[in-house]
Amino acid sequence: MINYLARRIAISIAILFAVSFAVYLIFAILPFDPAALTCGKSCNDPGIIEANRKRLGYDLPIWTQYLIFLKGLFLGRTFGEGAATIFCPAPSFGYSFQEHACVTNSILEALPVTLSLAIGALVLWLTLGVGLGIVAARYRGRAADTGSTIFVLIGTSLPTFLTGLLLLVFVVVKWRILPYPSGNYTPLFESPLEWLNTMILPWITLAFAYAALYTRFVRNAVIETLSEDFIRTARAKGLSERVVLRKHTLRAALAPLTTMAGLDFAGLLGGAILTEAVFNLPGLGRLSLGAVIDFDLPIIVATTILAATIVIVMNLVVDILYAFIDPRVRVAA
Amino acid sequence: MSFLEVSDLRVEFPTSDGLVKAVDGVTFTVERGETLAIVGESGSGKTVTNLALMGLLSKRGSRLSGSAIMKGETSTLELIDLADDQMRKIRGKNIAMIFQDPMSSLHPYYTIGDQIIEAHQAHNEVDIEVSTARAIELLEMVGIPDASNRLKAFPHQFSGGMRQRVMIAMALVNSPDLLIADEPTTALDVTVQAQILKLLRELQSELKMAIILITHDLGVVAGAADRVNVMYAGKIVESARVRELYANPLMPYTHGLLASIPRMDRGHGKRLSAIAGQPPSLIALPAGCAFAPRCTFTERVAGGSDRCKSSMPALTEHTPGHFARCHLEGAKL
Repeated sequence: MINYLARRIAISIAILFAVSFAVYLIFAILPFDPAALTCGKSCNDPGIIEANRKRLGYDLPIWTQYLIFLKGLFLGRTFGEGAATIFCPAPSFGYSFQEHACVTNSILEALPVTLSLAIGALVLWLTLGVGLGIVAARYRGRAADTGSTIFVLIGTSLPTFLTGLLLLVFVVVKWRILPYPSGNYTPLFESPLEWLNTMILPWITLAFAYAALYTRFVRNAVIETLSEDFIRTARAKGLSERVVLRKHTLRAALAPLTTMAGLDFAGLLGGAILTEAVFNLPGLGRLSLGAVIDFDLPIIVATTILAATIVIVMNLVVDILYAFIDPRVRVAA
Repeated sequence: MSFLEVSDLRVEFPTSDGLVKAVDGVTFTVERGETLAIVGESGSGKTVTNLALMGLLSKRGSRLSGSAIMKGETSTLELIDLADDQMRKIRGKNIAMIFQDPMSSLHPYYTIGDQIIEAHQAHNEVDIEVSTARAIELLEMVGIPDASNRLKAFPHQFSGGMRQRVMIAMALVNSPDLLIADEPTTALDVTVQAQILKLLRELQSELKMAIILITHDLGVVAGAADRVNVMYAGKIVESARVRELYANPLMPYTHGLLASIPRMDRGHGKRLSAIAGQPPSLIALPAGCAFAPRCTFTERVAGGSDRCKSSMPALTEHTPGHFARCHLEGAKL
């Protein structure tokens, strides 16, 4: 197990380096001059552009740039000299001229928003999806099952931007239950109620779409597991239907859900672009979207590397969790 | 009165294509300490008969009628139409079952100790230590060495034969009066098959239980059973003591089955004989003998093949204890 873990972590780190380099190539490949982009759209003063190019190291070969970038990640990085010196402490992802801030700071501001959104939505959709899925499987072919099928159909058909807008129109504008999203984010520990107010509709929006998928998945997994030979054995032992369902069926049926939930969660942490845009949440998704529109290359590189890191880490976490759930994986490892 | 008396048992499955008569009026008895083999090809109703006895057929998907009276130590029980919770108390305690595929019949996520102890705990209100001791005792009884350590092993750490031993230990943990073995050796290789059959024989003489051995393999029957019921299309077509059946089959179907066993003493190079044709659909059973379309003896029947096709012969006793369902009426085949 320790060997397996060490190997997996080593591989993950190697993948991260590969991904970060591939992403960094954006600077070299895209048909934009990163130095020109730093001085705004209406700027065409070659003096400023050349000064910025030198200041940000864009005059160096791409390999050297990448190594400096890596060094900055671990040691921090200083841009410019004299009175205009800017120091971005480690882990430094560079400096964004659009935001006039170290990229790391922009990300650290956006990350809690996306984390709140993803964790809240995950809790909500897992509860709803797993619960509904089990009920639908248990009462297959009856009213509860039909109800869940309708839910699945609506949930998978409605795109999040529409669900989000509908919620805004009714809950906020028409019924005035919640205040209009201000575009500000109140951290949980500052004012829990305010935080809840901001997050509840985005949670519902995201959870609705995912819960539908999970309901369908859990329903099918439970039905499939119920027809397994070991379930027949459990019944032949004289166990009650409750024990057969809870102990024998659910553990086997829900194991694959770990993988699914882990990867979906990782996907969301990279930024739920549509939901954040609809609810005006200053999270990673909106940061990335803004960066793409403005060609803010340092931020694009940083958010992409961050998203890849999250996916790789979650994969590792899921595999480790799976080993705890399924003893057969432990041996194979 | 016999230990188990099954009379006129019928199991029907309503489907969109029509009514499937899986078991069509089956009557037989089993004594304590006796092994009754039920032989037949897939779809002959042998497994469904026993699932009906165990109460493991879905109430919503099947229709049961007839009777199966089991004599307990203190009372007699009608197994057909017993309430769910009462049936559950009998399953795994008075009647236990082992299945065809030991690979898939054990839960992959729980240790074999957990699974055996669970079977004991389901019917005995005792401390876990008592059940653990009982599990160790049973594992030793079925010939698993180092039982107290093997309790902590998972099913995938055992070979097929060892898993079937675990299944047997689990089935016998509550000292059942009746053990239903549904093709217990079909998934095992031949040497392991012989070991398992020998084990069942030994355990039976030790525990004095009745065994119903379901199989399609007349080779298995020869060594393991006292009496044989041959089933075809949901009906018993011949019933006799094993030696009698092998020496003097009265029903052409049994004759065909016996002729299709590979034998060392019949010389090389001979093709195995096979019964031509397919078993009939259980939805549209012919009015006469279900085997008539495949039978090569119909011309020898008094009244000719028309009689076979139009009237169903009764199950009649030709010599004491030897019943056959055939218009040939005991003629030597």
